Amino acid sequence: MALSFQEFLFYAFGAVLLAAALGVVTARNPVHAVLFLVLAFFTSAALWLLMEAEFLALTLVLVYVGAVMVLFLFVVMMLDIDLAALRAGFARHLPLGLLVAAVIVWEMVSVLGPARFGPQRMEPPPPHGAGYSNTKALGETLYTEHLYAFEIAALILLVAIVAAIALTLRRRPGVRRQDPARQVRVRRRERVRLVRLPPGGGDAAGEGG
Amino acid sequence: MRYVYLWIPLAPLLGAVIAGLFGAFWPRLGRTACHTVTILGVAVSFALSLVVLWDQTVGGGEPWNGAVYTWMVSDGIRFEIGFLIDRLTALMVTTVTFVSLMVHIYTIGYMRDDPGYNRFFAYIALFTFSMLMLVMSNNFLQLFFGWEAVGLVSYLLIGFWFRRESAIRANLKAFLVNRVGDFGFILGIAAILAYFHSLDYADVFAAAPMARGLTLEVWPGVEWPVLTVICVLLFIGAMGKSAQVPLHVWLPDSMEGPTPISALIHAATMVTAGIFMVARMSPLYELSEAALSLVLVVGAVTAFATGLLGLVQHDIKRVVAYSTLSQLGYMAVALGASAYAAAIFHLMTHAFFKALLFLAAGSVIIAMHHEQDMRKMGGLRRYMPVTYWTALVGALALIGTPGFSGFYSKEHIIEAAHGAQRWGAELAYWAVLSGVFVTALYTFRMFFLVFHGRERMDEHTRAHLRESPRVVTVPLVLLAIPSVAIGALTVEPLLFGGWFGEALRVAPEHDVLGRLAAHFESALAFAAHAVQTPPFWLAAAGVATAAVVYLWRPALAGVAARVARPLYVALVNKYWADDFNEAVFAGGARALGRLLWKVGDVILIDGALVNGTARLVGMVAVVARQVQTGYLYHYAFAMLVGLLAFVSWLLALTR
Amino acid sequence: MVPLSHYLILGAVLFCIAVAGVFLNRKNVIVLLMAIELMLLAVNTNFVAFARYLGDTTGQVFVFFVLTVAAAEAAIGLAILVVLFRNRGSINVDDMDRMRG
Repeated sequence: MALSFQEFLFYAFGAVLLAAALGVVTARNPVHAVLFLVLAFFTSAALWLLMEAEFLALTLVLVYVGAVMVLFLFVVMMLDIDLAALRAGFARHLPLGLLVAAVIVWEMVSVLGPARFGPQRMEPPPPHGAGYSNTKALGETLYTEHLYAFEIAALILLVAIVAAIALTLRRRPGVRRQDPARQVRVRRRERVRLVRLPPGGGDAAGEGG
Repeated sequence: MRYVYLWIPLAPLLGAVIAGLFGAFWPRLGRTACHTVTILGVAVSFALSLVVLWDQTVGGGEPWNGAVYTWMVSDGIRFEIGFLIDRLTALMVTTVTFVSLMVHIYTIGYMRDDPGYNRFFAYIALFTFSMLMLVMSNNFLQLFFGWEAVGLVSYLLIGFWFRRESAIRANLKAFLVNRVGDFGFILGIAAILAYFHSLDYADVFAAAPMARGLTLEVWPGVEWPVLTVICVLLFIGAMGKSAQVPLHVWLPDSMEGPTPISALIHAATMVTAGIFMVARMSPLYELSEAALSLVLVVGAVTAFATGLLGLVQHDIKRVVAYSTLSQLGYMAVALGASAYAAAIFHLMTHAFFKALLFLAAGSVIIAMHHEQDMRKMGGLRRYMPVTYWTALVGALALIGTPGFSGFYSKEHIIEAAHGAQRWGAELAYWAVLSGVFVTALYTFRMFFLVFHGRERMDEHTRAHLRESPRVVTVPLVLLAIPSVAIGALTVEPLLFGGWFGEALRVAPEHDVLGRLAAHFESALAFAAHAVQTPPFWLAAAGVATAAVVYLWRPALAGVAARVARPLYVALVNKYWADDFNEAVFAGGARALGRLLWKVGDVILIDGALVNGTARLVGMVAVVARQVQTGYLYHYAFAMLVGLLAFVSWLLALTR
Repeated sequence: MVPLSHYLILGAVLFCIAVAGVFLNRKNVIVLLMAIELMLLAVNTNFVAFARYLGDTTGQVFVFFVLTVAAAEAAIGLAILVVLFRNRGSINVDDMDRMRG
């Protein structure tokens, strides 16, 4: 069978994607798992490019891989995980889980398969012309119809920042720190005290040099 | 005139309320104020009763039947407060208020040292109100109200010294035994309501003859005439209130209360409520031979058996109590023989001389520093002359000495029993006749033991023996007068002159008193004639026997006890009636309660239902808990399986 | 041309691998979080495919938001993981059964 270039790319990237996914799930070493996930995202970005969703593909690489995966890696490295204990017992529950997963795959395929979504029912659309800017098209709908959701998404990110810090911030005893708010609120009488000293000599402060 | 009728019960009620509320709570009226206000109330009531009596007899007034207040009307039945004033009512209210007034005055002296002085006066005034409402009633509902109210006040007064355990047991016993009677009573009233659709006396008496043929299925397959059932049920109430056998057990125990109330309630008034009720219902009873026979037999048994019990008592009040029981039996015999007028006549005379005897006993008790055992008395004649002579008058009246009031009433009861042609009349005649001997014996046994013979009290008590104060002795004298005179004066009009008019209806074929009227010439002649009749000689024999044993040879009493040992044991144990009730009814009730508690409550309700459901929930939870493993992946897996099932179902639907 | 069904099946299989990863993995909570990311990725692929084949940009807008929320969720999930590790000293899923009934 003659594959067009597009079909070949699809099958190639698809295979790598699935392999990477399997690798994420089965890796013993969590660092390996993270790296497999990065691979999965990259291939996914490639697939999206095939589907002419350029902006999203780039976002996937820059934001998702660049920030979220790095965060994952960061945390994995930070936690001191005992690798030896992780090596044991994976295969015990495999049969039942695989069975259930296989059944789900079969059911989904039977719904999503060629009978309903194949080329006869849904024709592949023509590719866009050279002047098509996916970013522009996306922006046109995002900032008009979906503006409200966009703002809320921004708020969600704000909440996430606050939540993450609130969860993990801890104060160690004995560590000196500055509290700018207190520094600004200080009063003169807490810092300055006028003392009346007797004139001339008579006490140790006046004598000696 | 209406206002006179209204104020007869209202005056003592007012006195009771004032003494009760203001004497106990704010502003804590003093003793003088309390007794003054209650005595004033009862005195007003007595004066108005005399007015009514005069109006109904000499003044030519008509009997009055009217409603004072309609409480409610339901389904066409009227529930009212109303009065029926006729000669029967007039006689009853006069007797009740007179004896009550005497007791009120007597109490000033008797309860002098008691901390509950105010409370006592409030109670006896309240009792007077209740009894008056009962006798003046013109419908069954008010009758029942009065019935219950006197029962309640009796309970309060028997247990007046509530810190004494024996008093509390006694008042509960009285109330519970009365309750048994009241159960029958209320069933009777219900039957009346069901068959006559009215609680008014006039309506029921008018409709009663029409109900003659009706029958009622008492048991499956057993049909009784409705009128018999009604009369029997009402009489069960009377058995409770008037202490007929077997519901007599409460009256001797009621002597736990102070002596004034023993005189008022358990001799003269409350216990006569049952007798009064049957007399009032004479139009109904005349229509049922069976019920009248029952009354006759029950009365006969009571008259004789309880009289015997008086022979072995050591407590002076108990002797008089058993005497009351026996005399109530006499009254019931009179009712059963259709001699209603004789029963009411005896009720009246008995009220006077029995109250007198109780108050005299009280006077003795005061003098003996509240000692009631006759074995520690003796020879009190020297120290208490007024009490001695009045007690003698009462005793002579009780045994039926010719000329005294009790003679006229008792004689006619005996003759009525002899003349009645009814099943049970023979038994009744022998019972009341033998009872004369027994009555004389126990009465004078008491009299000689207390007032004559060797002085058996200790030195300290003897030194303090003196006659009781005037507030005590004056009522004794005032009661002694009618005990002597009233019989002779009123026997002819009451029994033979048709004095009661329409109040006591007797069917012509039953009219035994009518037949006796033919032989009656005058009170004097009747008394003179008495020497020729058995009762006189029986009474004389009784007095003589008592004199021989208790004045001359006391040891003979012990001999008699040994010779008739089985009878003696039975008497001392009161025929084991109390033991029977205790074992069967009280014990049975307690056993039932224990059963319901241990099995019903603990095992069934607590164990199976309450704790059982909890345990069931626990057991289910132990199993269900297995699902909560705590592992995240188990939960995720469960969700996935659920999702799988859902999706499969959807697929199956759409295929 | 690649038919739509191919993309959809790819997304479905990816999703199921990730779900299997959730409950087959007993040792490491981080892998759990990563499996969740994979699930979201599969869903996103699905959206993009439909956006392309139905010619509606709304699908891509949806992916945009999913990415946003996924990033937020990853951040918070990892923060919880860090705190969990601080308190328990282990990220072994088998050790976390404090909610056992």
